[in-house]
Amino acid sequence: MTEALLVSPEPAPATPVTPPPVELRGISKRFAATAALTDVSMDLRAGEIHALVGENGAGKSTLVKILAGVHQPDSGTILLDGAPTLIHGPAQSRSLGIAVVHQEPRLFPDLTVAENVFIGHAPSGRLGSIDWRGMRRAAQALFAELDVQFDVGAPVRGLSMADQQLIEIAKALSVDAGVLILDEPTASLSAHEVERLFAIVRRLRGRGVAILFVSHRLDEVFALCDRATVFRDGRHVVTANTSELSTAELIRYMVGRTVSLFPKVENPIGEVLLEVSGLTRVGVFRDVGFSVRAGEIVGLAGLVGAGRSEVARVLFGIDHRDGGEIRLGGKLVDFATPSAAMHEGIAYLPEDRHQEGLVLDFTIAQNVTLPILPRLFPRLLLQAATERRVAAEHTERFNVRMTGVDQDVGALSGGNQQKVVLAKWLASGPRVLILDEPTRGIDIGAKVEVHRIISELAASGLAIILISSDLPEVLAMSDRIIVLHEGRVTAEIPRAGATQERVMFAATGSLAKDEGDAPGAPTSEANGG
Amino acid sequence: MAEAGRIATMDAGPARRRWLTAIGRQRELSLVAIMFVLGAGVSMIAPQFLSISNFSQVATLASIVAVVAVGEAIVVITRGIDLSVEAIIGLVAYSVARTLELHALDPAGAIALGLGIGLVLGMVNGFIVAVLKVPAIVATLGTLSIFRGIDYVIAGPHQVPLAGLTRGFTDPARSDVFGIPVFVLITIGVVVVGSLFLRSTRFGRQVYAVGSNPEAAAIMGIPSRQVVFVAFTLCGLLAGLAGVMWVMEFGTINGTAATGAVLGIVAAVVVGGVNTFGGSGTLAGAAIGALFLGFIANALILVGLSQFWLQAIYGVVILTAISGDSVIRRSIQRANTRSGAR
Repeated sequence: MTEALLVSPEPAPATPVTPPPVELRGISKRFAATAALTDVSMDLRAGEIHALVGENGAGKSTLVKILAGVHQPDSGTILLDGAPTLIHGPAQSRSLGIAVVHQEPRLFPDLTVAENVFIGHAPSGRLGSIDWRGMRRAAQALFAELDVQFDVGAPVRGLSMADQQLIEIAKALSVDAGVLILDEPTASLSAHEVERLFAIVRRLRGRGVAILFVSHRLDEVFALCDRATVFRDGRHVVTANTSELSTAELIRYMVGRTVSLFPKVENPIGEVLLEVSGLTRVGVFRDVGFSVRAGEIVGLAGLVGAGRSEVARVLFGIDHRDGGEIRLGGKLVDFATPSAAMHEGIAYLPEDRHQEGLVLDFTIAQNVTLPILPRLFPRLLLQAATERRVAAEHTERFNVRMTGVDQDVGALSGGNQQKVVLAKWLASGPRVLILDEPTRGIDIGAKVEVHRIISELAASGLAIILISSDLPEVLAMSDRIIVLHEGRVTAEIPRAGATQERVMFAATGSLAKDEGDAPGAPTSEANGG
Repeated sequence: MAEAGRIATMDAGPARRRWLTAIGRQRELSLVAIMFVLGAGVSMIAPQFLSISNFSQVATLASIVAVVAVGEAIVVITRGIDLSVEAIIGLVAYSVARTLELHALDPAGAIALGLGIGLVLGMVNGFIVAVLKVPAIVATLGTLSIFRGIDYVIAGPHQVPLAGLTRGFTDPARSDVFGIPVFVLITIGVVVVGSLFLRSTRFGRQVYAVGSNPEAAAIMGIPSRQVVFVAFTLCGLLAGLAGVMWVMEFGTINGTAATGAVLGIVAAVVVGGVNTFGGSGTLAGAAIGALFLGFIANALILVGLSQFWLQAIYGVVILTAISGDSVIRRSIQRANTRSGAR
């Protein structure tokens, strides 16, 4: 089926003879052991809006960064208007007429709107000084072109995300960019703001700009884009006209990552330990409800920005809820701090092990005992022997490859560091364990081991919440899957009925939003299951 | 972003990393080694450098700085800084001297008062930084001014003369036990107790954790505000002790005592190998750093260089130490990243 679409008839381009503004041939990029992009070829045409979709980690960001000059490909050719070009850095990318609008605008908050638009290429007057009046006038003209009102003399600080994005777009226009890359531009916009953005993007298309639109929102892809390209695991899967695709088909191309082998152990499932209802944090997630039983692994699936880690942070007392209830063992709880949550038996393995999981200056033993120091040493003095014994006990379980517990944790490999973080949290004796991307960035061998550990922990009666962007991992490990989309639960799928397609449908909001697409959903399930 | 690309570059072996780590850790030894070399050179020009009386004089003077530097080091390890220590020394010194002059308290009481003032002023700093969340550098710049201002108001133009102090109060600065100056013994005591505190107590471990990785510390339920508060309090207490020692050393005290001393104190901490970004360093290092700077000052005088050079040379020493550190640290990081694919 993939092949059929790969050779699908080319949609007739407006001017077939002129080379496309951007053409990529056989682009590959590796980061250490990870292949981010493998032999990717695609093109962007003048006057088209081209969607780039794929799961988390499919290689979209790497592609954007290559075009933006942040990364250089290991192999392959970039052709701009038909000419092979090396993009050495962001400045060169800009001067070649490529403009990138990031999800989080990167502006200077204390400078004015006009200054931000013309940063680096301000119109100069006599003697080379900045022509302030000319700059303001030019900025006003740009916004007039976009058909939006702006006080170009006001500082950027305090403007909404949507307005800041428009400034980024105006910036792109100011250098007459022929290629505009929008990296998840709608992630933090309201419906009205999305409309406005779309109108502007369409106007730019009319002017012949080649636009790459990276998005998780499939409904937007269909509403806005002419063609769509799907990446999976750093490879190009398909490029097709959106008019010839259905949501179900698109999702099928996105999923279907290769599954690594890890055994799922069926555990007896006990009482409800953690129960969440109506949990809300304004602007982040809303009305989230689910429960986790002892011995159960509940997967929290969703795309980046869906609010999974944010829910976890509230459960662990790092951030605070604006509404809703959390019950632990039937008892209403409200954690003001992580130590309160820990005290009640919740442990949280954070997403970023370097930033939040470990103290890299410490030894393995010091890291393992850090959260439990008060319990381990109720009196004033620490005892090195006790500390090392406790650390050894807990790391032994996990088969951490180390020279000893006195080794600096910074010297371990990623997988072994993650095992130390796990050991650390288990030393605190939790009842509920929240794992946030526990296998990200670790090699396949360590990954299998971490999975084995997770299964064992569930078997020992822990309630486990597994947050992962790795769909096969979530499907293989979880007894139940809760899917979040933009801060809301869009599906709760039992293990038996879980397929990658079904999860992805819910994660892209396609089930909840696109009633019109409903026929697609059952089809995909039938195919996938 | 860009870092990700660098991960793929060559790795330095674990041996190299261990070697670098060793250098990073053996700061105390390197300082002592440099002092020996320096001392050898200086003694050729000025033989009196090697005399016991010169040694004990230098060590006694450096002890005052060392005691405060130990307190400062605790604060710096938590990612803070205390610029107000010199004003605490000054205020304590004048208060102690004046109390003795007025016969308001006996020497023991005056010392207790001095330590008490230091403790309270340290708590004020701790409160402003840990509770009010004012950045340490701003908070203590403010209290530096406030404490010194109070000192000026209390002292006015008055100067307590040596004769105004209780007879024998200044003796500790000039006595020794088995040839070791009393001040040096005090410093050793402070370093030993302080190090034990940092290395072998829960609090000490938390000091390093908060300084090394505040985000992780927060997630592990470490009460970082309390830790920071206690660090500043201890720093104030030790500055109070230094204030008492200041009176013993100099005898004649007015409202400007210890003005400008903070440069030497922070320099000692930095030269002693405490990471300016927090998270690592030892108290012994800070104390040896103080001794090191004291020796340099002494050597300059003996060699015949003008005192005016001292400031400039302090600056050079500080920058050399810090840039050396960051070079070593980056090398260690590079050696480590080979394993840390993200």
